Amino acid sequence: MHTSNRSRRARRPARALVALAVLLAAAACTDDPDVATGGDDDRAVDCTPTDDVDRIDLGDAAVDADAGVTVKLGTHDSFAVGDGVLESFTAETGIEVEVVALGDAGEAVSQAILTAGEPVVDVLYGVDTTFVCRAIAADVFVPYRAAGLDRVPDALLAPGEDRVTPIDVGDVCLNYSKAAFPDPSDAPQDLDDLLDERFADAFVTEDPASSSPGLAFLLATIATYGDGWEAYWEGLRENGVAVASGWSEAYEDDFGAGAGERTIVTSYASSPVADVLFSDPPRDEPAIGVVADACFRQVEYAGVLRGTGHPTAAARLVDFLLSPTFQADIPLNMFVEPAREDVALPPEFEAHRTPIDDPITLDPAEIEAGRDRWTERWTEIVLR
Amino acid sequence: MPVAFLALFFAWPVLAIVLRGLAEDGSVVDVWRRRSTGDVLWFTAGQAALSTLVTLAIGLPAAWATARTALPGRRVVRVLVLVPFVLPTLVVGAAVEALFERFGARTGSLTAIVVAHVVFNVAVVVRIVGGHWSLLDPRVEEVARVLGASPWRVVREVTLPRLAPALWSAAAIVFLFCFTSFGVILTVGGPGLPTLETEIWRHATRRTDFGTAAALALLQMAAVVVLLVVGGRLERRLASGATSRRVARPRPLRTGRERAVVVAAVAPALTLVVLALSILVERSLSVGSGHGIERYRELFRRTDSGLVVAPAEAIGNSLVIACAATALALVVGGLTARSVAAGRGRAGRVLDVAVMLPLGTSAVTLGFGILIAFDSPPLDWRSSRAMVVVAQALVGIPFVVRAMVPALRSIDPRLHEAAAVLGADPRRARAEVDRPVVRRAAQVAAGFAFAVSLGEFGATSFLARPDAPTVPTAMYRLLGRPGEALRGQAMALAVVLAVLTAASATVIEWRRRDGVGW
Repeated sequence: MHTSNRSRRARRPARALVALAVLLAAAACTDDPDVATGGDDDRAVDCTPTDDVDRIDLGDAAVDADAGVTVKLGTHDSFAVGDGVLESFTAETGIEVEVVALGDAGEAVSQAILTAGEPVVDVLYGVDTTFVCRAIAADVFVPYRAAGLDRVPDALLAPGEDRVTPIDVGDVCLNYSKAAFPDPSDAPQDLDDLLDERFADAFVTEDPASSSPGLAFLLATIATYGDGWEAYWEGLRENGVAVASGWSEAYEDDFGAGAGERTIVTSYASSPVADVLFSDPPRDEPAIGVVADACFRQVEYAGVLRGTGHPTAAARLVDFLLSPTFQADIPLNMFVEPAREDVALPPEFEAHRTPIDDPITLDPAEIEAGRDRWTERWTEIVLR
Repeated sequence: MPVAFLALFFAWPVLAIVLRGLAEDGSVVDVWRRRSTGDVLWFTAGQAALSTLVTLAIGLPAAWATARTALPGRRVVRVLVLVPFVLPTLVVGAAVEALFERFGARTGSLTAIVVAHVVFNVAVVVRIVGGHWSLLDPRVEEVARVLGASPWRVVREVTLPRLAPALWSAAAIVFLFCFTSFGVILTVGGPGLPTLETEIWRHATRRTDFGTAAALALLQMAAVVVLLVVGGRLERRLASGATSRRVARPRPLRTGRERAVVVAAVAPALTLVVLALSILVERSLSVGSGHGIERYRELFRRTDSGLVVAPAEAIGNSLVIACAATALALVVGGLTARSVAAGRGRAGRVLDVAVMLPLGTSAVTLGFGILIAFDSPPLDWRSSRAMVVVAQALVGIPFVVRAMVPALRSIDPRLHEAAAVLGADPRRARAEVDRPVVRRAAQVAAGFAFAVSLGEFGATSFLARPDAPTVPTAMYRLLGRPGEALRGQAMALAVVLAVLTAASATVIEWRRRDGVGW
């Protein structure tokens, strides 16, 4: 009795383990219906919404027509605003604003698409160039032409008939440590330089599959080299490029904000401004420099979400985001530049910014058509 | 009651998101049959198995030393190992990364993942196995020795079988944690080592490919169900009535050799944990090129940190939410444990597996699921504060069940009979026989539920309101913005959380008279 009990004890779990192994093996079946490189290569992408949604028109309604309403402003985690700025909107319109962080930029867009028509928030701010087409095509936004849009350069406008309003602009650029390259002429000057053995094992960038600046940099190389981008990345890999999962891992850990093991990093044209303002102990000159070549321009948009209960109040909030008050507050809080051309930059921002005269731009539809394929290919080339 | 709770707050959101994903183009089977899916599944299972084995190898000696010997400071050891367990995985990842840096090694490897998982999970082994071990009567082993068994044979045939239920419980939890681990994989694993959990996250949030994400989430849940069914069977078979009501007296250390053995037993676990923690402390104290407490002062000010409140407020929020979530988890988990332990039938077993599922479900799945499941009246709760409590309780319940079921099962029914024979009415018999065992298990359970709730990041990040951040979500925001100062603040916040945990664990540790539990 005792022995039979014991052997049964031993056999049952063994059988279950076999079942687990079978399950694993079934999933690992070699037949591969969708290799990363195949599939939807020639998918035509159209950034136009499918639904015809009524435009919001504020008409002649009084500024405080929506007084007492609370509008929820959904943002990504990097959103920041100065003291009293949103309060000035409330004072003027009587509309309260509740800021809701929706995770990083990708999570915020995914959430908007999942909840399209029954949104968690009323206005979404922070959809950027790389995802705007997807969000518009998923019918996430209601068309609205914001007051002050005529002060925004045409180049910043998104496709999709006023579904979204450009709010800010930032450039993703290579940064280098001034400690490692005291003479700017020793630092890399362009993308080609990164293949030079002088910069072997010096460069860290972010994974385009999980990081917005990482994706921007990948797009910059694709825009620069065309079909040669794959060869370029093979070259980078041979030259010892390191890949981090996100901006803070790359910039803060590997690059050490200019004092780390890696001396070149993918970051922003405005990183030197942040470096000076947040430096510890305080210093007057940034410890990092910006490579002005091959910077990728990212525009961030805001839009009223379809299904909101307060369309007119939400539209007023979009107006406010594009108003001189909010636009002037953007640079020192989020380290990007206002979309309006008639808003001056704060002097401390102006002092340390690197103006990018000729940034790389890609059409959102082109990005949408290629993004997933490019990131898969990139993963195979660089990480596998 | 527990069934209704799970159905409403777990099954319904998960079902909603999976159905939504399946409505997209592309078949689930196609996703499952991709070679890349197989690779990811194998890697996920492999790293989890390896991490579990190493955690057991390092944790078991420490569990023995703290449970069975009069090692001076063994309570301190038990408190210390618990600290990394409550830290958000992102922070443990950062600490391990710094540790590797210090020794000149690179992260982004399997080794780094395993080390981080060990630091994070060793508490599970030390506390669950250790707690059980101290309830085993050492005289049984002594008798075996007297009867001529070799030490090895005693371990194999007496100690291990009696320890098996707790051993298995701990291994199952560690494996599940490693199988679904997210923050650690993302920080120290790096982008080249994807697991199911990070792939679900990537497809759902980076590619807005909900079809693939749902297919992978289903695969993950299927794998977890299989594991749990296997685990449940083993655990039932291993349940022994061997625990005593009294804690065994720890063995005094008489000779130098004995002392050396005990120190050697706790050294690996303790060294790893202490090294990781001290690096966090060092980073929080580094100000510019020197050291100071500036970062801690800043926690109490609302600075330009991207947080709408002073970071210190997050600590209060976390404590309140964790208390509520622990209470909820104890009630639901306790009732579940009773049904599972009493139920010899299929229903009990199904419940046992169902209650563990939240641990094996990706936080992204649950977070997005809650968003679309509770979006219209009468279930319009998705921005309610209570959802954070519910989500954290869901993660705590499995711990409550796992800690209590073995204890409840180990109650020898003959004790009830004996009590009845001696004249106790059934209620008194239950009270006198069960209560000590249950109370002890409930302490362990509450401790773990509180700890996982404090450290929960994944689901909370979807649900916590920005004006009421918890410590992990506050830390995540601080880490995501530029500037050494904010990074220092995040580290300071991590240290405060660590100290709070250590303090609450210490209070409970010293208030107990008998020296077991958490």
